[in-house]
Amino acid sequence: MNNQQSTELLFELSKPGRRCHRLPACDVPETRPVSDLLPANHLAATSPSLPEVAEIDLIRHFNNLSTRNMCIDTNFYPLGSCTMKYNPKRHERWATSPGFANLHPLQEDDTCQGMLELLYEMQQYLCEISGLHAVSLQPAAGAQGELTALFVAAAYFRDIGQNQRKRVLIPDSAHGTNPASAALAGFEAIKIKSDTQGLVDLEDLKKHLDDRLAVFMITNPNTLGLFERQIQTITDLIHAYGGLVYLDGANMNAILGITRPGDFGADMQHYNVHKTFTGPHGGGGPGSGPITVRQHLAPYLPTPIVVREGDRYRLDYNRPKSIGRVRSFFGNVGILFRGYCYIRTLGPDGLKAVSENAVLNANYLLARLKHAYEIPHGDRCMHEFVASARLLRREKKISAMEICKRLLDFGYHAPTVYFPLVVPEALMIEPTETESKETLDAFADTLLKIREEPAEFLQKAPHTLSISRPDEVKAAKEPILRWKPAVG
Amino acid sequence: MADLSALRYAKTHEWSLLDGDVVTVGITQYAVDQLTDVTHLQLPKVGKSVTAAEPCGEIESVKAVFDLYAPVTGTIVEVNPTVEKDPSIINADPYGKGWMFKICLAEGANLDHLMNLEAYQQQIASEGH
Amino acid sequence: MAYLLNTADDQREMLARIGVQSIEELFAPIPASIRLNRLLDIPPALTEIELSARIQELAGRNQSTSEAVCFLGGGAYDHFIPAVVDAIVSRSEYYTAYTPYQAEASQGSLQAFYEYQTLICQLTDMEVSNASLYEGGSAVAEAALMALNIREGRREILVAESVHPEYRQVLATYMANLGVTIVTLPTPDGFLDPDTVTKAISDRTVGVIVQHPNFFGFLEEPEAVTQIAQKHGALSIISFDPISMGLLKRPGQYGADIAVAEGQCLGTPLGYGGPYLGIMACREEYVRKIPGRLVGETTDRNGKRCWVLTLQTREQHIRREKATSNICTNQGLFALRAAVYLTALGPQGLRETAELCLRKAHYAADQLTQLPGVRLQYQRPFFKEFTLSLPVNVEVLLVRLREQGYFAGLPVGRWYGPQLSQALTLAVTEKRTKAEIDGLAKAVEHQLAQAMPVMR
Repeated sequence: MNNQQSTELLFELSKPGRRCHRLPACDVPETRPVSDLLPANHLAATSPSLPEVAEIDLIRHFNNLSTRNMCIDTNFYPLGSCTMKYNPKRHERWATSPGFANLHPLQEDDTCQGMLELLYEMQQYLCEISGLHAVSLQPAAGAQGELTALFVAAAYFRDIGQNQRKRVLIPDSAHGTNPASAALAGFEAIKIKSDTQGLVDLEDLKKHLDDRLAVFMITNPNTLGLFERQIQTITDLIHAYGGLVYLDGANMNAILGITRPGDFGADMQHYNVHKTFTGPHGGGGPGSGPITVRQHLAPYLPTPIVVREGDRYRLDYNRPKSIGRVRSFFGNVGILFRGYCYIRTLGPDGLKAVSENAVLNANYLLARLKHAYEIPHGDRCMHEFVASARLLRREKKISAMEICKRLLDFGYHAPTVYFPLVVPEALMIEPTETESKETLDAFADTLLKIREEPAEFLQKAPHTLSISRPDEVKAAKEPILRWKPAVG
Repeated sequence: MADLSALRYAKTHEWSLLDGDVVTVGITQYAVDQLTDVTHLQLPKVGKSVTAAEPCGEIESVKAVFDLYAPVTGTIVEVNPTVEKDPSIINADPYGKGWMFKICLAEGANLDHLMNLEAYQQQIASEGH
Repeated sequence: MAYLLNTADDQREMLARIGVQSIEELFAPIPASIRLNRLLDIPPALTEIELSARIQELAGRNQSTSEAVCFLGGGAYDHFIPAVVDAIVSRSEYYTAYTPYQAEASQGSLQAFYEYQTLICQLTDMEVSNASLYEGGSAVAEAALMALNIREGRREILVAESVHPEYRQVLATYMANLGVTIVTLPTPDGFLDPDTVTKAISDRTVGVIVQHPNFFGFLEEPEAVTQIAQKHGALSIISFDPISMGLLKRPGQYGADIAVAEGQCLGTPLGYGGPYLGIMACREEYVRKIPGRLVGETTDRNGKRCWVLTLQTREQHIRREKATSNICTNQGLFALRAAVYLTALGPQGLRETAELCLRKAHYAADQLTQLPGVRLQYQRPFFKEFTLSLPVNVEVLLVRLREQGYFAGLPVGRWYGPQLSQALTLAVTEKRTKAEIDGLAKAVEHQLAQAMPVMR
């Protein structure tokens, strides 16, 4: 079946006079014309030129377009570092119930005690899971969580009179968001080398330790899917030089209930709620990026936080040393809500089992692929691993991109490609805990098969999707970012 | 085709051609091959003072952005308006029509720190693994 | 265990294939000294039935806007959401997809985002829209960062005091470490007097930020402010109300440089503050400076029209330490909501919605200002929200009204201090009926009658 109907652009479907939503007649007296209520110089002559379609056009349009998406509900999605796991349906039902969905962000604390209790409990859980003491649920996404933590660090150093601490050290395998956050918080980002095993090069790190050190940002397990064995040594060193350790929590899903950042020396960390727990990612958002910090950094967290007084909960705005706010209102509550439900559904044993199965699944996939694909950093991993198509490219002219595009033909979303930057022709694979052995086997079989296909065939993949190999150079050179009516 | 041996090379892959006290600057074929299709350029403005080995602009492909480094110290006296409009010229003719800007050498500045063709080719060979 | 699939047999087979004895062996790289040798101290697992009961219990302790008559605004509004919006966004092809990095497997999301970008351009008359930011407050901060990047060297931002106090707080937090001066321009008459801008602006000014209609609900003079800003080489940054676009002049029509908005009003439930939608649009000339994702049209290898993420070199995961924005995710699902909402309304529906809000807000203001001692806080035109001055302390009044089922408004003195302790800001959407407004007026009248003798 080929769902083509009404898939032109909305603007091409538009026909003057068609309508979908209708408004009731005005029930208050219309004693004065609009022009008496609003000054003429503020009024637009016409309403915006939005498309005019009927309800069935709208529904067919978006329903048919939706079939051109791969998503976690229809396809295995081993997108490394992005942790695409199942989104339980019960969460959608609960999150959309009026008792939560219809709460106004500025209504009084007395009228939303249930909401505040849930958020308070979430604060407690996140502290316990990270082994840290205080939390802000405000950041809207992981990247904003990072930025918030660095704002906190800057405020802390200002407060204790150590303004000279302007350097943030970041391993070269880090997410691009790390140096970006450092720069926007007024720090200088400095790259630390990886050693041959893909871990932090301690000698290189030591070269950068002095009283200019502010923060060391580390992803652990790192983006190669490896746990930093020397993490305690590293965090001790950073503390000895008066610096703070920031844990990029992107990979917390590997260590839930097994080890805690606070216990291995982190002073601050963010969570990506959709990765560590679960949350639908909506084609690129929403996320939610709460941060937890050690006690001495608590005063600088954004405002408000939920506090408990007896059996009542309230939002605490009276925090004089706070950095302020990174967004309006409380936070991405809808995503926090789903994370809360995931934690409550799994409990302490279940969360540990999440990490165990995420790590088991990744290692199993690695074991199934290592004879056919180069795995530059050893034959064990945590929750994800990075393969390289470097040799395949050299020997058979098959690049990581070709493999990715061909996987789509088989109904698998592609792994993350060309990241981390320290691995050439990288294919970063993360199966997550919500997949079965059968799925992993079928995926591995497919990757083994693709490897044997002719390069010329792969270079034209995908062959079965609605489009193939869009011209990205053209898109970037002469950007067309909106539809415009044809002239004349 | 330009006479490549007449050019001088920076380790950041810019070529320089001296004519009087004006240096014409572009990027090498090797850099173009690494970049793939150039989609956008941000070139320094005429009149701007630039310092050897410091960034003075940016060059972009679809998935990457790189700094352009001034190979010599001086003042920008001319910018190639055609490549700004159509950066694919850099892919097509990096040593000719794809030149990017001209620098008038500052007093005392020269090209002595830059490589000759042979030295540059050795550098590429070592980078190419 | 919920959501986990591997059986004990599966696990044995998998471990054998890996070549280890136990799962524990896979965690060998984590030193014993940093292991958590106990279970996490969180409550035990609950089944769907049990957790459902717990969630119901918590929901029961909330009084939502569906159980009260809501006149709360301040950036989040109780507008009607047509059923088509929920029907479409509840398709998991949209809500369980990731960022459309693989264009071939994401044409649904990509085309929808391209349509969203176009709809926002139509809504604002601006030339470029990104595929969304987090929400309205950080959108203002991102606009300021963008302006700093466009006007390199200038380090001062002017912002009207009538801009949402939380948005200004976000702005201050974002600028705190960048050596930027924020000058807050007073608005004693309930709007930013253009003369105040003229006096404050200089060649150090990078941009002027105005919210129109402002936090109190009153109209600003964005056109005059835009002209003053641009005369001094600064950018005009306007935070607008999307619903007001059904009536008010659009930012592109009066030449704004950057237009931002909270997009919650376009089909997103109140949800206690998020996730919402940050809208941002700008002039064509700034296309390479706009933060966030952009979707562009192109063709595939067979010449077929399609869509891709484009100009990605602007984004921080590529620019790294040279990034000028922190935005990473967008709010794709809420951009989709807005796209469906705006299309469901169409030009006529948007105009009618705006007009209903306008008329009902004015009716409410008329009814309430007939009460003794009640007047508009400022003599300014307004759209769907307005601020009253009452003859009593509003905090007490609000508690009483809440007991009668009204979320009657925001006590804006909480943000602006004691001089506005008797000010109340009310928002009136198309959902409010004449009966509800009359009911509120009656309840306020009753409370004033009771309170007045005591107050005097």
